[in-house]
Amino acid sequence: MIIKLLEIIGEYFLFLQKVFTKPYKGKVFFRRLIDEMDSMGVGSLLIVAIVSISMGSVITIQTAMQIESSWVPAWTLGFTVRTSVVMELCPTIISCLLVGALGSRITSEIGSMRVTEQIDALEVMGMNSASYLVLPKIVASLIVNPILIIIGIFFALTGGYLTIVITGVTSPYDFVDGLTSFFRMYDIVYVLTKTIVFAFVISSVSSFYGYRIEGGALELGKANVNGVVVANFLILTLNLLITQIML
Amino acid sequence: MITINNVCKYFGDRKALNDINTSFEQGKVNLVIGRSGSGKTVLMKCLVGLLTPDEGEILYDGRNFNLFSNEERQNIRTEMGMVFQGAALFDSMTVQDNVMFPLNMLTLQSWEEKLERVNFCLKRVDLENSNNLYPSELSGGMKKRAAIARAIACNPHYLFCDEPNSGLDPKTALLIDELIIEITHEFDMTTVVNTHDINSIITIGETISYIHEGTLEWRGNMDNVMSSDNEKLNDFIFAQPLTQRIRNLM
Repeated sequence: MIIKLLEIIGEYFLFLQKVFTKPYKGKVFFRRLIDEMDSMGVGSLLIVAIVSISMGSVITIQTAMQIESSWVPAWTLGFTVRTSVVMELCPTIISCLLVGALGSRITSEIGSMRVTEQIDALEVMGMNSASYLVLPKIVASLIVNPILIIIGIFFALTGGYLTIVITGVTSPYDFVDGLTSFFRMYDIVYVLTKTIVFAFVISSVSSFYGYRIEGGALELGKANVNGVVVANFLILTLNLLITQIML
Repeated sequence: MITINNVCKYFGDRKALNDINTSFEQGKVNLVIGRSGSGKTVLMKCLVGLLTPDEGEILYDGRNFNLFSNEERQNIRTEMGMVFQGAALFDSMTVQDNVMFPLNMLTLQSWEEKLERVNFCLKRVDLENSNNLYPSELSGGMKKRAAIARAIACNPHYLFCDEPNSGLDPKTALLIDELIIEITHEFDMTTVVNTHDINSIITIGETISYIHEGTLEWRGNMDNVMSSDNEKLNDFIFAQPLTQRIRNLM
């Protein structure tokens, strides 16, 4: 079991070595990068918006219930919601969501190319198939995922604000005051660091599981599940590590 | 010309290729025949560099593939074209983009030159008006022809076809066979075809290598394949009732 795990880890790093080589043709790479950014960003925007608004609303209601006391300053609700959403919930929950939305798509796409010998066809043409297929996906996700998560944060805070307006738990002015209180630039650095690390995990792990498929449709399904499980596990573990190191 | 000297390939303890010695001649269609699981595809994957032989050497016009650096291997692969069993066309691209793909990646030609070459290749395989179709819109035979067009786009010296007739009706299979032999002679390529299709064996087998359980059992051509006294080859060739009847009539 441990030997097999070490073998997979070694295989993953060899795969990354193959991916991070100079693109065969810069023009082709940039065209593929734009295509990937388009499909990743536009394709995930709706689900990110829906989940973020819902998450922001629920966090606002639950926090309001917990701190309902005249001793607590009015801005506390906005401040707590902002801290929860920005620092933890949006980067982690949306990244886990993107594992399902983007990661499984990447595994299926590359896996089906492997099963139908399209990857072999690229290799026979003398191309580095890993670099051609995977590098644009990794670079695109490093660019797109942080943007998606920033959009997610915006929608979550908007969801919280709308909840305040609709339910009247506290005044919108106090909520906004809380949202803007005690802002630190370092928090943005922390959030973006997490997001970029998670983006790399999502795209590289999903690609790895798709690329190493041997067999047919059954193995493609298994690879999809394995890719999602491993990427989520790594995101949660790295979340703990990054939080411990940076905060 | 491709020369194979003492090639062995193992998968764990199993010997998939056992001391193969043969050669594939330029300007001819060289068939590799054998039952499913006999090692034909493993041999072809060794030929195109997707697998590395554990022992022996493969010489491409005297150049030893195994001694090459990765860069040299990639360069020699640009001299190869391959038609896969399932065609392996890129799903997300049109037929035109599929055929243009190797030209985009491996040449510095202008768009007009590439388009001219694409149209020439598509015309050569009778797919003139299919430029804008996607692989999902093509029939099995059209997919194979598009794959052949892509394989010959860069004027390869070596053409490899892995069971090009599988899944096709007899008439379409015959057309694919005719196309393969025509382009081999026209472009003077060294063509290697994996097949277990009897029609292909007796119509395009200019040289034939018969592999049985990873071992080269027999070497000949379409003129003597039906009259061989090799028992294992005869078991393979005359396995079907139709070929048995032909043998009885001979």
